[in-house]
Amino acid sequence: MPKDSGIGASSKRREDVRFLTGQGQYTDDINIHGQTYVHFVRSDVAHGKINSIDTSAAEAMPGVVRIFTGADFEGIGGLPCGWQVTDRHGEAMKEPAHPVLAQGKVRHVGDPIAAVIAESLEQARDAGEALNIDIEELPAVVDMKAALSEGSATVHDDLGDNLCYDWGFVEENKGAVDEAIKNAAHVTTLELVNNRLVANPMEPRVAVGDYNRANDESTLYTTSQNPHVIRLLMGAFVLGIPEHKLRVVAPDVGGGFGTKIFHYAEEAFCTFAARQINRPVKWTASRSEAFISDAHGRDHVTKIELALDADNNFTAVRTETLANMGAYLSTFAPSVPTWLHGTLMAGNYKTPLIYVNVKAVFTNTVPVDAYRGAGRPEATYQLERVIDKAARELGVDPIALRRQNFITEFPYATPVAVEYDTGNYVATMDKLEEIADISGFEARRKASEANGKLRGLGVNCYIEACGIAPSNLVGQLGARAGLYDAATVRVNATGSISVMVGAHSHGQGHETAFPQVVAEMLGIDESMIEIVHGDSSKIPFGMGTYGSRSIAVCGSAMVRATEKIINKAKKIASHLLEASEADIELKDGQFTVAGTDKSCAWGDVTLAAYVPHNYPLDNIEPGLEETAFYDPSNFTYPSGAYACEVEVDPDTGKVTVERFSAADDFGNIINPMIVTGQVHGGLAQGIGQALMENCAYDENGQLLSASYMDYAMPRASDVPFYAVDHSCQTPCTHNPLGVKGCGEAGAIGSPPSVVNAVVDALQSAGHNVTHIDMPVSPSRVWAAMNS
Amino acid sequence: MANITMTVNGKSVSGEVEGRTLLVDFLRTDLRLTGTHVGCDTSQCGACTVHVDGIAVKSCTMLAAEADGADVSTIEGQANADGSLSAIQAAFQEHHGLQCGFCTPGMVMAAADLLKKNAKPTEAEVRHHLEGNICRCTGYHNIVKAIMAASGQDVSQLAAE
Repeated sequence: MPKDSGIGASSKRREDVRFLTGQGQYTDDINIHGQTYVHFVRSDVAHGKINSIDTSAAEAMPGVVRIFTGADFEGIGGLPCGWQVTDRHGEAMKEPAHPVLAQGKVRHVGDPIAAVIAESLEQARDAGEALNIDIEELPAVVDMKAALSEGSATVHDDLGDNLCYDWGFVEENKGAVDEAIKNAAHVTTLELVNNRLVANPMEPRVAVGDYNRANDESTLYTTSQNPHVIRLLMGAFVLGIPEHKLRVVAPDVGGGFGTKIFHYAEEAFCTFAARQINRPVKWTASRSEAFISDAHGRDHVTKIELALDADNNFTAVRTETLANMGAYLSTFAPSVPTWLHGTLMAGNYKTPLIYVNVKAVFTNTVPVDAYRGAGRPEATYQLERVIDKAARELGVDPIALRRQNFITEFPYATPVAVEYDTGNYVATMDKLEEIADISGFEARRKASEANGKLRGLGVNCYIEACGIAPSNLVGQLGARAGLYDAATVRVNATGSISVMVGAHSHGQGHETAFPQVVAEMLGIDESMIEIVHGDSSKIPFGMGTYGSRSIAVCGSAMVRATEKIINKAKKIASHLLEASEADIELKDGQFTVAGTDKSCAWGDVTLAAYVPHNYPLDNIEPGLEETAFYDPSNFTYPSGAYACEVEVDPDTGKVTVERFSAADDFGNIINPMIVTGQVHGGLAQGIGQALMENCAYDENGQLLSASYMDYAMPRASDVPFYAVDHSCQTPCTHNPLGVKGCGEAGAIGSPPSVVNAVVDALQSAGHNVTHIDMPVSPSRVWAAMNS
Repeated sequence: MANITMTVNGKSVSGEVEGRTLLVDFLRTDLRLTGTHVGCDTSQCGACTVHVDGIAVKSCTMLAAEADGADVSTIEGQANADGSLSAIQAAFQEHHGLQCGFCTPGMVMAAADLLKKNAKPTEAEVRHHLEGNICRCTGYHNIVKAIMAASGQDVSQLAAE
């Protein structure tokens, strides 16, 4: 029987009611008395020298309050980078300045040059048109190989060249890996592109800055996945505002997918400008503006080699990747192609020797940073594609080749520095074969052929490192922050509970799932518990939501805080029941004395805590509120096996996803309905990457895909119903809930199986096609079939 | 500036707008009906879908002045008279047809438009009808399911989960 409450129940989401009735409170829904509107005037060239900016005509326009340019930010900090990568020679990465408004040069289309504040948005835009900006266009650097070539123009002249870092991992293994590849019975090589994407949460970014002169306090309302991180970065590194004078609020946020992790110029600007003009300043991105100012994702060019012995055992993996950083280093950009990518190159397999080389490159494009999966999709894609190619070259079944090389014993220390605590890759593959009806595929292929279509089956596995992350470890790896999380459990006098959590919910359903955990621990009704998130003035601290970390890290903090509550409540109960504390049991919201019929209710204890008339005041403080910080001791390692079946129309090259099946191991699950929904959404994004999404620049650095007319995202008719199963559960061994996280799996795991399926379909019809780069668009498929 | 009057969710409202003011901005800024959202600037995403004289329109693509005299309904007017969720809203909650909630008002308005015209749509008909509404969170699975359930169809066997 499925549970109807607590851990494991598919509780209906309580946040839905406000969203379904139009009562959500997103940042753009916030309007403050006296607010002004800012319009950013952005570069329309990819690379140029700013000769002059004449604001005089614009300043005379109706409604204009003030115009800011880069000169107003001289002496003020630039946007900081939160992760320093050390290269293979022991040198720190190159770290360019990133001013809030451009100073001297513009470096990508969309780089903000000036900010016009006016009484209305229309007036601000009109005045923006009247700015006279003289920019001398310079040659743009767009292609990564060209950017590294001798004589290339430089994005940052003071850095000498466009190489941010040259990272090797594990550097000591390089010689052994080279040797193993030289001596292998078979080596499969694949060169591929992991296409540049734009996350495109449906809510564009918004920032509202407010300033209270009476107490010198700034408030920023912003579309963020991590308000405390923004407070830390903006307060300490950009504007020099101490934490106690800076409040950051992220109310309802309409999706993030990574792109709302980072600290952006517009946030710092609105906070700064509100202090300068002593009025609230509001900015709402248009979608076109989002395309040229939100950090992009992926954009790797990779060569991978897989070595096998005569028995088809994997003996070594070697990769070379160029990773695009764009024009500046976004908040966590350097970590994505390195520690979030190289450490996953073992995948689900016992490959003994691995070497990963990544060169990060500056180009005149929008900065690139984490997008759903962040490094792990890039690792999974190349590994699972090269395995598939190897199977075809060797004439063996791709599933059998994977099974043969699975890691089967845990804990397992990979040669790329991480230790998988648990997993059962055989079980998830068994489950996949069942739910995807792999044995029935040939019959479906024949049916498709009878309809004039080519049908293909693609399978892949994935592993990810989630629950980011042990602070001492990431500190050694270059992170400039700790990655713990925090929760405060505040029990009120009448027994209701507010839980202030550092994780932020922007679609993940925390307001429903987190109370399920506390309700289970206390044995009280979920409706008595409310989650508070997204406001730095209400919650103790928090590193926010990304990397599938919310339940694994913040959920664990919440468990630790609730355990403290239970300990104290038992002390109070033992006093009320005149019994030994060791004999007190808490079950179904009742405190009982073991072996007796003496009991008192949850509400009796909570009331006593706040009305301590009969209370052990000599031993315990009144009140019932506890805080815990939780720092994980390891990453978590969700894993799974996915299968995609496609039909290819041989006349047009159009690919249709007919079936998609996902068997995941997320460890223990709090709310199966929500977890399934997270996988669905990830799958659509992964299928989107594989088939249609592409962020394209021309050779001059103009963004060609800068609107929803040009950037193709999946619509309802582009995807099928998905078959999703998460019954294979190997609980995480090192966090109190045994949870692993589920938010990114779908996006990480799905692109390779789509491409594997397309290649299978084409090969089944005799086409000698071994690879097509994503997005596998009709034109690319048609060209591959007709080359 | 033009003076306009229209009925919004059953109430008569008036306002003074610039010629260039979009219907969505009139709803959000003048009437403070912020349930209707703006997700793009090319009439692609459908987050701003409302009904004007019974027809689903993208309110970012219509001038407020064009709606002078019209009968407009928005997400704020979809619940039942007693405040309970409508059948479509309830089905979205029951089947987890929303995550971040940003596209949701447009999805609900698009779904209401479909079910008015087609009481028992097939899966393909639902997917086709949603071509002007983008959701980035749900992968559409549970939205399609919710709309079919709201039409009274049994969705328990639609897809293995």
